[in-house]
Amino acid sequence: MTETFACSFKATEQSARSCITTVMEGLRAIELPVDRAGDVQIALAEAVNNIVEHAYADRSDGEISIRCDLSPNILEISISDSGPPLPDGELPAGLPADVSGPLETLPEGGFGWYIIRELTCRLQYERQADGNLLSLFFDMPAQNG
Amino acid sequence: MSLTSTEADGAQIVTVNAERIDAAMAIQFKEDMRSETESGPDRVILDLSLVQFIDSSGLGAIVAAMKQLGRDRRLDLAGPTPMVEKVFRLTRMDTIFTLYDSLNDAVSANKS
Repeated sequence: MTETFACSFKATEQSARSCITTVMEGLRAIELPVDRAGDVQIALAEAVNNIVEHAYADRSDGEISIRCDLSPNILEISISDSGPPLPDGELPAGLPADVSGPLETLPEGGFGWYIIRELTCRLQYERQADGNLLSLFFDMPAQNG
Repeated sequence: MSLTSTEADGAQIVTVNAERIDAAMAIQFKEDMRSETESGPDRVILDLSLVQFIDSSGLGAIVAAMKQLGRDRRLDLAGPTPMVEKVFRLTRMDTIFTLYDSLNDAVSANKS
């Protein structure tokens, strides 16, 4: 059986925060295992921040919709926006940021896609007629009962 | 805003009194760190024990705060909660910063 939770919100940094909090509360309500909630929140925040900072960089009226489908073995989080496509129309490689340099050159950003790729078991991107659909998949631990 | 500062054993302790260091507060955090640490001891300990969540913007702001201190001063981190610790580990920033389990550990490490 699949439990579903959905919400949408205006794409600003402030509402991104309340959205992420709302989604996490929604996921707890449909009984997302507690030990997976941290990873989910970290990856979700990176995905939403990317949309706010890049897809909707020039506008504050953009809308982001999030739908969560939790089945016994997997959680799928679908995030849609109506911004321009990802660069080259595909998911970034998400290489780890280079932390080997001296203090002055340490990265202050560019961690997002790497973090998302590390925490999800699968990532799917689809350019649709009027926007982007990004789906994050998370393995769920086997549960008794 | 949400930073408070004290001194102990020759180190400045800056406590983050916020549950999240995220994109919505990263710039503010960086600015507040700059004003809190403009002058003071060479060692700054950032107490993160109240912070339940950090994203990559918040992480970037902590890196920026360390850069602002320059080469002659250092920024150590104390009391990371599980999600904060995970973000540092994933991005390998745990190899750049010294993370102490608690503020006590961080302060007493200064004595040795």
